[in-house]
Amino acid sequence: MTIQQIVFIIISALTIGSALVVVLDRNLFRAAIALMASFLGVAGLYILLDAGFLAAAQLLVYIGAISILIIFAIMMTRRLMQTTETPFNSQPIWGLIAAVLAFALLTIVILNTWPTSDFAGAEPLVGELAVQSNVNALGRLLVDPEAFVLPFEVASVLLLAALIGAVAIARPEKE
Amino acid sequence: MVPLSWYLIVAALLFCIGLYGVMARRNAVAILMAVELMLNAVNINLVAFWRYLQPEYQAGVTWAIFVIAVAAAEAAVGLALIISVYRSRDSVVAEELDSLKY
Repeated sequence: MTIQQIVFIIISALTIGSALVVVLDRNLFRAAIALMASFLGVAGLYILLDAGFLAAAQLLVYIGAISILIIFAIMMTRRLMQTTETPFNSQPIWGLIAAVLAFALLTIVILNTWPTSDFAGAEPLVGELAVQSNVNALGRLLVDPEAFVLPFEVASVLLLAALIGAVAIARPEKE
Repeated sequence: MVPLSWYLIVAALLFCIGLYGVMARRNAVAILMAVELMLNAVNINLVAFWRYLQPEYQAGVTWAIFVIAVAAAEAAVGLALIISVYRSRDSVVAEELDSLKY
């Protein structure tokens, strides 16, 4: 077992463990903090996958913005942090069965298609140069008419629409 | 090097935890948090496939960035909706929001 695999297992355990706290904890505020830890673990996985830019975006957008937004929503709505009532609706058993079945199905498909012994493809790009060319190529892809310029522009329109929509929806109604 | 299937299994596990949260939590904010977990699981898959199967063309990373942008929009609008519902119904329990049923 190499160092990289040990690091992978530690980061995955952090991610999965805090994800379990997110869905199981009674206290919603604690769940939100665990969500931040889970996002941090996912950023660690991105770094292991040599996607440094994406890890930075994950830190900024998820931990810096979305988690804070969720914590604001928790604090603005009363009754959310009560820890006496059950955190689940009327069908936790059925939800559990469905989730376990989905995981079993996915695992069977994954292990049949990409066996663990098969270290498929990919000579590792390592070092400063690789990271630099990564980000460089990524920026070019995003503005290349042959590649992703259309989704890029649509995403900016979407963000503008979401901004205006969120303000319009959350504003208190006035006469 | 870590085998590709390890990443895929961690992503599948994260996705199913999020699925369970969506189906079993009462609180609308908790459901939104579980949806964010599911989106993150999908992102891990996209990046892992890019890294292992096609490292020279960064389509996977690009789509992961779009997923992050859409997730940010979704969280903003979703939380605005929850706050709006809370204002008019004084509750954020998903089961109590059933006025479309009758």
